[in-house]
Amino acid sequence: MQFMLLFSRQGKLRLQKWYVAHPDKLKKKITRELITTILARKPKMSSFLEWKDVKVVYKRYASLYFCCAIEQKDNELLTLEIIHRYVELLDKYFGSVCELDIIFNFEKAYFILDELLLGGEIQETSKKNVLKAIAAQDLLQEEETPQGFFEDHGLG
Amino acid sequence: MEAVNLLSSNKYSEKQIGYLFISVLVNTNSDLIKLIIQSIKNDLSSRNPVHVSLALQCIANIGSKEMAEAFGHEIPKLLVSGDTMDVVKQSAALCLLRLFRTSQEIIPSGEWTSRIIHLLNDQHMGVVTAATSLIDALVKKNPEEYKGCISLAVSRLSRIVTASYTDLQDYTYYFVPAPWLSVKLLRLLQNYPPPEDPGVRGRLNECLETILNKAQEPPKSKKVQHSNAKNAVLFEAISLIIHNDTEPNLLVRACNQLGQFLSNRETNLRYLALESMCLLATSEFSHEAVKKHQEVVILSMKMEKDVSVRQQAVDLLYAMCDKSNAEEIVQEMLNYLETADYSIREEMVLKVAILAEKYATDYTWYVDVILNLIRIAGDYVSEEVWYRVIQIVINRDDVQGYAAKTVFEALQAPACHENMVKVGGYILGEFGNLIAGDQRSSPQVQFQLLHSKYHLCSPMTRALLLSTYIKFVNLFPEIKTQIQDVFKQHSNLRSADAELQQRASEYLQLSIIASTDVLATVLEEMPAFPERESSILAVLKKKKPGRVPENEIREGKSPGPTANHQTEQPPAPAPTTNNVSTDLLGLSTPPASQPSTTSTSNTGVLLDVFGDMYGGTGTPAQANNVNNLAPAQSTYNAKKFICKNNGVLFENDLIQIGVKSEFRQNLGRLGLFYGNKTSFALQNFMPSLSIPDELQGKVNLQVKPVEPVLEAGAQIQQMLNAECIEDYSDTPSMVISFLYNNVPQKLTIKLPLTINKFFEPTEMNGESFFARWKNLGGNQQRSQKIFKATQPMDTTATRTKLLGFGMQLLEGIDPNPDNFVCAGIVHTRTQQVGCLLRLEPNKQAQMYRLTVRSSKESVSQEVCELLADQF
Repeated sequence: MQFMLLFSRQGKLRLQKWYVAHPDKLKKKITRELITTILARKPKMSSFLEWKDVKVVYKRYASLYFCCAIEQKDNELLTLEIIHRYVELLDKYFGSVCELDIIFNFEKAYFILDELLLGGEIQETSKKNVLKAIAAQDLLQEEETPQGFFEDHGLG
Repeated sequence: MEAVNLLSSNKYSEKQIGYLFISVLVNTNSDLIKLIIQSIKNDLSSRNPVHVSLALQCIANIGSKEMAEAFGHEIPKLLVSGDTMDVVKQSAALCLLRLFRTSQEIIPSGEWTSRIIHLLNDQHMGVVTAATSLIDALVKKNPEEYKGCISLAVSRLSRIVTASYTDLQDYTYYFVPAPWLSVKLLRLLQNYPPPEDPGVRGRLNECLETILNKAQEPPKSKKVQHSNAKNAVLFEAISLIIHNDTEPNLLVRACNQLGQFLSNRETNLRYLALESMCLLATSEFSHEAVKKHQEVVILSMKMEKDVSVRQQAVDLLYAMCDKSNAEEIVQEMLNYLETADYSIREEMVLKVAILAEKYATDYTWYVDVILNLIRIAGDYVSEEVWYRVIQIVINRDDVQGYAAKTVFEALQAPACHENMVKVGGYILGEFGNLIAGDQRSSPQVQFQLLHSKYHLCSPMTRALLLSTYIKFVNLFPEIKTQIQDVFKQHSNLRSADAELQQRASEYLQLSIIASTDVLATVLEEMPAFPERESSILAVLKKKKPGRVPENEIREGKSPGPTANHQTEQPPAPAPTTNNVSTDLLGLSTPPASQPSTTSTSNTGVLLDVFGDMYGGTGTPAQANNVNNLAPAQSTYNAKKFICKNNGVLFENDLIQIGVKSEFRQNLGRLGLFYGNKTSFALQNFMPSLSIPDELQGKVNLQVKPVEPVLEAGAQIQQMLNAECIEDYSDTPSMVISFLYNNVPQKLTIKLPLTINKFFEPTEMNGESFFARWKNLGGNQQRSQKIFKATQPMDTTATRTKLLGFGMQLLEGIDPNPDNFVCAGIVHTRTQQVGCLLRLEPNKQAQMYRLTVRSSKESVSQEVCELLADQF
């Protein structure tokens, strides 16, 4: 997988993860073009499209579009399911996830993604194991973090 | 610095923030990187697995060269060590994969290999999944070393597919057992040819069958996730089946399964089914099975709502096309083109053009298709497409008349596309004479038709039309004054466009000053284009790298490309368009020396050409390379030159020899053009004449010597004067010797100086023809041959050849309109020999009867021999 983007129906980028190195300018350009292309597509159309030299797999969940760019030989249907698994994980973690959860707890969304995918490859497909790992992280944090640590540093 | 301090903190949250910070803000500041690497090192050797994981994630997120150097040796140890936790192993495998992608050298080899492979046997499914990704990458780099993974992967796969969905607990995804791992294993196996060990192979085929069977079972859940995961495995299995390409049974089953998907409700499935079928179509086992679905595919090309699915349908049609269905598919694509989405039109045009060329058995059909293409989607017809149709028409004598007629008709449409005007202008300029006999397309009409479009065209097209006009001056002297008027027009002679201005004034002068002979030489028909890869194919490849199905069915069963085009030449980056455009614009350029690829005709064809050339009189010509340097790579067109005067006579990897010639009575002038195709100079370059003994005294030849060095990429010209003293058979040859890379080379080329070159066409009416015919009735004067047609029996093609042969084609003499009757006089210094000819085609039997009568026996025989080989 080359990168993953989450963006809203209004075209606002909510989360991005790149597994290949590009200069910032190029990243912005790719993001902008891809968002426009995908938003223009109708709901009945297929979830796959050939775009430049990559295959793009996307799916819409409520107001959010999840979009992955994969290699020519990667499996499209399974990429759809990676997206779905990710949504399930978010859903389970936040309890019926919505766009706002991702906006305000973006670091959690990243941590979950890091557990699911590493370096663009799927790391752990078991929902239970991922959630266990995240729960362990949270526990450690709570143990260590004095009350108001994030607030003090303006990170809350 | 603060961030680095955070890294070395023992508190998890501080560490985490530190890592997050440097993942985002890393730069190659060397001091800092050293410190960071030190901290990561500490964490890697920490006993707290959470710290190790954080460190690994950080390495994987940055993945720089320094990281690879620093940790390339640590991580493999973590990966295979017995006491590493599973979670850490997973991260370590993927982390190593990331580093391996940045720098290939860190690949652990030797003892590590088998330990890494054995991760496939790990208890923990997560570890196996991560390890499979790593092994897949390692295998790509070094397939031999990791060969051991094949059998392990197969047995792992078989355990998964036979497992019930409850066995794998959390690794079952919507009732599908471990879809990610299955897909990865199937991918891994696609790096190797089918397993050699029959046991392993049997087991693999069982797995694949099971997967196909499961696809037929009723779904265990209505959720789309279930079907997606199931079908993801299925598609990957089909990819592997296609990759192995050894099990006809599985291939056909896969094809049927995909056929069902073609009419599935899910757009995604239809899309993928079309895509996979594209691959299936290239296998010899399933090509026929794919063709069964042709109708459905055509339907989806027309009816599908989503343009990307339609695009896949078009790709598939392109891939499944072969000789048997080409006409239908091309027709359907043409029909669809009228309403097709703008985004795919250009590509469709290219595809139609390629298919039409590739599978044309009848080149009139090809011409029809391309002209239709221009008519329907003119805007999307790129230059390469119309260049190509012109190349083909010029190279194939048999369609020239037809092409001229068709473009003439097409041009009569009130509104026709500019590309049509270009093709029309070019073809009429070259071959307008072939249809000028008809009152409806007389020179006058042709000229006016073209000129009526002139004012609507862009300067480039106008320039081309001006060239056409000057060619008309040569072809049809009767309309010369009209054409001169056009050149003189204010808008041309003082055009703002420099090119138009120059052409108008130069052509005008040329038409005024030059004698008809000079005009005839300058404006002679274009020589044949050297064969090369279809430029259109090159464009399509450039447009869609890696996505153009090779379209050659694998393992033999080649669709028998005609000698006229060779596709898939490995090194074909030569941008042929440049050459073409110079050819088109510079009308009088001699055959340009091409740096582009030569066509390969195989040795068999080459021998054929030698074997039957000139009907076996005399010794066959030999193209002996002293050094035998790839003699198979050459083309030798001597036979064609019996019926034409200009073109490429010989071509191999080193040299191209072009000929331009003209004859008047018993005199002839030949221009030989030697082009050096290599990037080295050819030394001691020496062409010398070789005249067989029996020709001594019958023909008189003079050549001018040439420079002994032929520079790289250069071309030199050698003029040769010939005089026919007495009629002869056989022809003189040219022996060309030179040093290439200090290796001596020698070529013997027959010169196109057959006796028919000295023909003067003679016009006569029926009465006098029959009178003479009867007069020449004696056995001594007659020669007759009955022979089988070796080429399609096409009237226009035959006419073109007879015209090229040099005699006058007499119309309306033979009561049977299918027969051809010709008359001409062979000029020699000593005498003139009148010669009459009659050619009777018998289409049912695919035979010809050729009768030649002349006042001299030897002439009758030789003419008969020469011509009998041409049909």
